[in-house]
Amino acid sequence: MRSDAVISIRDVTHYFGRRRVLDQVSLDVPRGSVFAFLGRNGSGKTTMIRIMLGLLEPTRGGTRVLGDDGRRISPETRARIGYMSESHALYDWMTVEQLGAYQATFYARWNQRIFDSVVGHFRLNRETKAGSLSRGERAGLSLAITLAPEPELLVLDDPALGLDPVARRALLESMLYVTRAADRTIFFSSHLLDDVERVADHLAILDRSVLRASCSVDAFRSSISQFRLQFAACSVPPNLPPIRGMLHARTATDALWLTIARPDDETQRVLHSLGAPIVDEVPLNFADALTGYLGERDVRGSFLGGVA
Amino acid sequence: MSLAIVVHPGSTVPIYRQIVEQVCAAAIAGRLRDDEALPSVRALAEQLVVNPNTVARAYAELSRDGIIEARSGRGMYLSERRRIYSGPERARRMEQAVSTFVSEAFVLGYEPDEIVEHVARRVKAARKGGHR
Repeated sequence: MRSDAVISIRDVTHYFGRRRVLDQVSLDVPRGSVFAFLGRNGSGKTTMIRIMLGLLEPTRGGTRVLGDDGRRISPETRARIGYMSESHALYDWMTVEQLGAYQATFYARWNQRIFDSVVGHFRLNRETKAGSLSRGERAGLSLAITLAPEPELLVLDDPALGLDPVARRALLESMLYVTRAADRTIFFSSHLLDDVERVADHLAILDRSVLRASCSVDAFRSSISQFRLQFAACSVPPNLPPIRGMLHARTATDALWLTIARPDDETQRVLHSLGAPIVDEVPLNFADALTGYLGERDVRGSFLGGVA
Repeated sequence: MSLAIVVHPGSTVPIYRQIVEQVCAAAIAGRLRDDEALPSVRALAEQLVVNPNTVARAYAELSRDGIIEARSGRGMYLSERRRIYSGPERARRMEQAVSTFVSEAFVLGYEPDEIVEHVARRVKAARKGGHR
């Protein structure tokens, strides 16, 4: 277990009835990181987050959060964690102002300046009742309440869900604001890869209950390559042999586009043996690199777990 | 500020690289003066809405390549004696520039001797003009 990890997950397996939703997931979240938790809907992200926070006991395996066993998180430790769920549960009959004042009573530490600044960032009217706020405004208020106690560890479950571009930007700015203080960690799930590329420095990918990558964003990007195999006009590209690290294959007219994790000399040899007159490496963007994990795959890929 | 950096997520070029390239471009075009400090890592990260580590990495590469340097207590500036590109990248860019120029000259129907003569004259003129 790494000592600089604020969250450690070890071999967590979880069943809902007979359905396995998490399969031997192990993960470390380094202190001070902005950690993106990626995966398609239904891949088990929310379940993992709930287990991580001790809200749900895993069928097997263990977690540690800020040094505490996930099954027995002390109230003191809990006060150092800020959690924003997908649903933004708020008292609808309270105004923005009242909710701030009400929430403040629960925390020993409550920074009103942060609350005010997030509320301002999302352009919320302080006299509006929570029940009349739009989805994006609710998220803003929810975020203000989560950030004001200055949590050491911030866990955001799909905070960008349903936000318009202005609110999304306000969210990103608020997240970066948190990182001003050293040692603050943000763990968030998202589907917005452009936003992830902006703010995250680490990522993990959960795919159908299995963790398929957990590393720095830079390491992830540099480990994934895309190749174009250009065949002669009107020829049919051959069937692909098994290729180690293969993530995604796409057939275009006369060409094969392959996304491959950590290609090496052997990969090059296989690619050049397929009879394509042109084999070249084509740069790919962050979303392309993730397609092999988040989209449908033609071929089951290998794990990237070894990337530090 | 004369250094207007814009980043585009979703590009095939990572964000830190986009920053590196734009600082280089600004230096070449003279849009960044020698006595003008670059924004701090924190300030640029907030301006671009990107992770501060991304800006820090860009600045680290720029200083490693000798393009910018820290002046004690006053932030990052363009290096006194900078080479905008170093090593293989410098050679590659030169190769590219020369090859474009030579093909153009051939298309225009110039003979090899004439091309060399033109280049020599131009280099001489640039020297007089105080170009580096």
